[in-house]
Amino acid sequence: MIPDQLAGSTIAITGATGFVGTALVERLLRCVPDCHLVLIVRNGRRTNAQRRTAREILSNDAFDRLRSELADGPESFDDMCARRITTLSGDVGSDGLGLDDDARAIFARCDTIIHSAATVSFDSPLDSAVEINLLGPTRIATLCQDLGVTPHLVAVSTCYVAGNRRGTAPEDLVSAGPFGIGLDWRAEVTAARRLRSDTEAASREPDRLAEIRRRAHRELGPAGAPALAAKVEQLRERWVRDRLVEAGRARAASVGWPDAYAFTKALGEQALVESCGDQPVSIVRPSIIESAWAEPRPGWIRGFRMAEPVIISYARGLLREFPGVPEGTIDVIPVDIVVAAIIAVAARGPDGPLVTQVASGGVNPLRYRAMVDEVAAWFGEHPLYDQKGQPIVVPEWRFPGRGRVQGQLRRAQRALGVAERGLHALPLRGRQAEWSAAVEARRSDIDRAMEYVELYGLYTECEAIYQVDNLMSLWESLDSDDQDAFCFDPRVVDWPHYISHIHLPSVIQHARVRTTPGRSRSTDRSARLRSQVLAPSRHVAAFDLENTLIASNVVTSYSWLATRRLDPVDRVRYVAKTLAEAPGLLRLDRRDRTDFLRHFYRRYRDAPVEQVAHDTEEMLGHLILANCFPDGLRRVRQHRAAGHRTVLITGALDFHVAGLAPLFDEIIAAEMTVDGDRYTGEMVTVPPTGEARAQLLDEYCQREGLDLAECVAYADSSSDLPLLEAVGFPVAVNPETRLAAIARTRGWLVEDWRRVKGARRPPLPLGPLSTPINTRVRR
Amino acid sequence: MPRPGFVLDVDRSTPPMLFWHGERFSLERLPADRSRVIYPAEPHPGLRDVRAEIRRAIAEPLDSEPLAELLNPDMKLTICFDDVSLSLPKMRRPDVRQLIVEAVLTEAAAAGVDDVHIIAALGLHRRMHDHELRHVLGDRVVDSFASSGHLYQHDAEDPDNLTVIGTTDHGEVVEINRRVAESDLVVYANVNQVAMDGGWKSLVTGVASYRCLSHHHNPQSLENTRSLMDRHHSALHHSIWRMGSVLRDHGPRVFQIETTINTDAFPSPFDFLSKREWEWTARDRASYLATSKSLDRTPTRISRRIFHSIKAPYAVTGVNAGFTETVHERTLAEVYRQHVVEVEGQTDILTMGIPFICPYNPDSVMNPILVMCMGLGYMFNMYRGRPLVREGGVIIMTHPTYREFDPAHHPSYIDFFDEVLADTTDPHEMSVKWERKYAEDEWYRHLYRTQNAYHGVHPFYAWYWGAHGRAWASRVIIVGGHPDTVRRLGFTPASTMTDAFELASDVVGTRPTITHLHVPSVLVADVR
Repeated sequence: MIPDQLAGSTIAITGATGFVGTALVERLLRCVPDCHLVLIVRNGRRTNAQRRTAREILSNDAFDRLRSELADGPESFDDMCARRITTLSGDVGSDGLGLDDDARAIFARCDTIIHSAATVSFDSPLDSAVEINLLGPTRIATLCQDLGVTPHLVAVSTCYVAGNRRGTAPEDLVSAGPFGIGLDWRAEVTAARRLRSDTEAASREPDRLAEIRRRAHRELGPAGAPALAAKVEQLRERWVRDRLVEAGRARAASVGWPDAYAFTKALGEQALVESCGDQPVSIVRPSIIESAWAEPRPGWIRGFRMAEPVIISYARGLLREFPGVPEGTIDVIPVDIVVAAIIAVAARGPDGPLVTQVASGGVNPLRYRAMVDEVAAWFGEHPLYDQKGQPIVVPEWRFPGRGRVQGQLRRAQRALGVAERGLHALPLRGRQAEWSAAVEARRSDIDRAMEYVELYGLYTECEAIYQVDNLMSLWESLDSDDQDAFCFDPRVVDWPHYISHIHLPSVIQHARVRTTPGRSRSTDRSARLRSQVLAPSRHVAAFDLENTLIASNVVTSYSWLATRRLDPVDRVRYVAKTLAEAPGLLRLDRRDRTDFLRHFYRRYRDAPVEQVAHDTEEMLGHLILANCFPDGLRRVRQHRAAGHRTVLITGALDFHVAGLAPLFDEIIAAEMTVDGDRYTGEMVTVPPTGEARAQLLDEYCQREGLDLAECVAYADSSSDLPLLEAVGFPVAVNPETRLAAIARTRGWLVEDWRRVKGARRPPLPLGPLSTPINTRVRR
Repeated sequence: MPRPGFVLDVDRSTPPMLFWHGERFSLERLPADRSRVIYPAEPHPGLRDVRAEIRRAIAEPLDSEPLAELLNPDMKLTICFDDVSLSLPKMRRPDVRQLIVEAVLTEAAAAGVDDVHIIAALGLHRRMHDHELRHVLGDRVVDSFASSGHLYQHDAEDPDNLTVIGTTDHGEVVEINRRVAESDLVVYANVNQVAMDGGWKSLVTGVASYRCLSHHHNPQSLENTRSLMDRHHSALHHSIWRMGSVLRDHGPRVFQIETTINTDAFPSPFDFLSKREWEWTARDRASYLATSKSLDRTPTRISRRIFHSIKAPYAVTGVNAGFTETVHERTLAEVYRQHVVEVEGQTDILTMGIPFICPYNPDSVMNPILVMCMGLGYMFNMYRGRPLVREGGVIIMTHPTYREFDPAHHPSYIDFFDEVLADTTDPHEMSVKWERKYAEDEWYRHLYRTQNAYHGVHPFYAWYWGAHGRAWASRVIIVGGHPDTVRRLGFTPASTMTDAFELASDVVGTRPTITHLHVPSVLVADVR
């Protein structure tokens, strides 16, 4: 009896926060009542290992069944867990698992170690795959040797260590079989580590950094030095990662494995066997692990696995084609079967075959075409719905070769890339910027499809049959009680039932996709964000001016004021001169907003203060109101009504915006020095642009004792990114293309505010021709 | 002798009728044998020498000493004048107000009066632009008074410059401009285009505060104003006259100068507008076709500019001066003489074309709220006795009802449309729920006081103006209006006149009787 065999033993588990690990912990707690578990869990960034156990393992819905079973018993679930589980903080990526002395002592007392920690993603960088998948099992063995103990080590590997082969794959070490090409795992480790440092160095070369900077600038625009620096570093890290992922894939392919995951796992087995000394070792190799067949409940799944993103992309109509061999076998195995097999191997002890494969292909094959047909039929009956609430018709796959699908996708990628760059270069805003966002979304869909095809295509085209002789003989050796409690016979799975009634419903539930018709809830979402923004608990609402509240800029304001008292002949001269200067000004503005403003404001030199004050008051109605976004002005007042402070932060001159004073508690604007009764054309301080805005708002909040996290900021351009990122509630107003893309990915509220139709807007922003008369005030 | 207004019964030979459609026109055929068209009288001839008439009127005033005798060197003299909401369209220069003000200033100069202020009596209306002041008062007056700060516009939101004169026996507080209240003599220069204007209304609304105006500018008063053109049956005017008595007894001495103008509203290219359709000559037809076809092809903003630049060849038909009440009775008699058309009975449907202008959008956009105000407020109220349409009948208007606003003149209208009308179209409900918020909004107050914006509460008043018509008709249909906008107003959109009759049929049956108010329709239908 398995429970008896394991009774009183202490079992250490790595990778308990993962899919298999969680199921394993649950199963052992529920079905092996007298064992003790030692979980080796990494410390999280903010949470320690103990907290991760509680949060990420024990609160998973896998434990719902056990919780309810214990609800009426003498010992509560939490008490039982406290009694039977010890969590050690440790990491299979570091030597000695990073355990401290106390932890080593506890570890040394374990009777069995189940190593299920791995980086399962197929596209992890080569070096991290090597550190964890290749060296992980060896590190455990080495630790045991250091501690002078010999517990039974059950290492979870994968069937795909067999590599790209056709025909049967036996339950043997690859290196020992006919396909072993005598790879030296130590050399691979050294090479991977050197590759990391070489790539890191390459990423810091001046040319590379310059190119990355250009890309960051293209993505963010003039967002200010800190934002740009952060972006550059992010892009550099991504570049390094991409190189390492690519290197992993290339290296794996060159020696006959589909990807770095299978490759490093295969070498990991080899390394373990070579370095385990006299420690008893068993290797369990599952194939593609998917949702549970029966335990703890049918359909239980954790995280988005391998097939799920592909299935969802297919159901959303994004994957029009997927490569694969229709009559080939797709080797899927439910998680509970894998877990039961692992427990049985652990209970059996080291006196059995080294390798046990847990796969369905050999005894209960699922054909690729049958699976696709089943999935297509299911989504025919239960379609997903698009944004407009229309059902999505799933495409019909014709099982083309991988090369053809990749070719199609690559062409689409290229065309969309060109379209996207074109749209980015155009000065689009608001709704037009949405086109570009749509193109971008489409491109990222294609990118993802490409990724899936590259990563998983090999698995659907795999024609290997994994032998399960060892598994079956272990199965035969069990008595009927164990067979009932720990079923790992792959033949029990009824594939059509599994796909339609267990797996797909579970996947759909996890994917949070639209499964009901009717109008999109995106408006609800905006309404919800809007009510958050206007909630009384907010402190401050900060507004940018140009293109956020009014469709105007410092040049138009200047033109209006400069021409207010000019006669028609001088006006023509002025217009001609300004048009001639326009390209230069535009260039300067693109390069640096602050320099542009400083340069441009020189024009106010010798402007009479009193006359400018008089004219700007008139300008409010003629230029500012005529070009305002009434929704924006209303929003400012709504914030006021909700008791928030309202702040205007603008690079415009203070006298330009004086007319807006009644709307704001604080106006942070550019100020110009005065000499006598004339302006000097020189600034008092740096005009508030770019990252300075975030800082100014921060200073304002500190001065007033307000919380920046409770601030709302409205802006239109990616140069305001520092401001938007600084506050708790950013709102993109009529965003230009780049900001639209950023707002979209970050889920910010986007407002589409427009000028009202019907305002009188002359084609050129010139002051009225009539001489002003002194009746500006009512009495 | 001009032909009087009359009612035409439509038969099979009647040509299609002209309808205004905002900045455009359309011709609609009305069903024969059950439709009638009400035409205004032809324009009456004007006075030959208006300046001389003004001099005569102030020298021989009604129930008052001549102006010259009321003036003395040490006095405070204040001249108030009607703003740009009169006349529509604006009259050719010189405006009659300029003539009056110049005549009064001449008298004042002769009497050695130094302390003279000139105030635009615009109540809660927008401040006039410089060019409008010049148009109404003439360059000479503006240049001599503006720079010294003696010409300015009334501010109903300046607590320092408002004062309470007294309270009526109905508890209505009379609060007006302090300078006006403290003057020794107030001269009012008026233009009486329709019967609603003039009398005590000039001062009691023109230089009053929001508090003072809210006593009569509210849904209750306006629903009981039957009609705006019949002051003896108007709750609004009753309240104003009560306030007038307080002003008479406790306020400054008022010398009211009222003028009436004829109905000659459009210059020669638009002759066909004031002609009766079956009398159109080949030339009229051609100019109608040319005008209407080119307008159809012109962007609205350009046709709007064209129409608003029209200067009407109005002629002054009468000048009366003296004691307000006596003067106004004379004025009213003159207005009625020109405007009244006798009409027999009511009909099931009233149709009218809404033009590009109403009193609240000179030089600006006829926004959706003003379409309602013009149709149900002004044109529906062009009656004495009973409305032209029976109670529970249907009103059909033609107007594009675009969702356009002038953000400089009508900032609070935009929010009113987006916020208030989205919530309710009921005048009573909105007055309770929303009016105060708009009336006391700091931003609107700022724009009203320093810019050219109507007061924050003004869209409510424009909406209340139609309260009587809204309550009277069981359905209002707008032909050719933007459907979403029309629905927001609480009305029914229809794409053609035939559709509109079809839509009306479930209220008034398939063979309803129809009255069409011909445009330009400055008339008062005396419905028996």
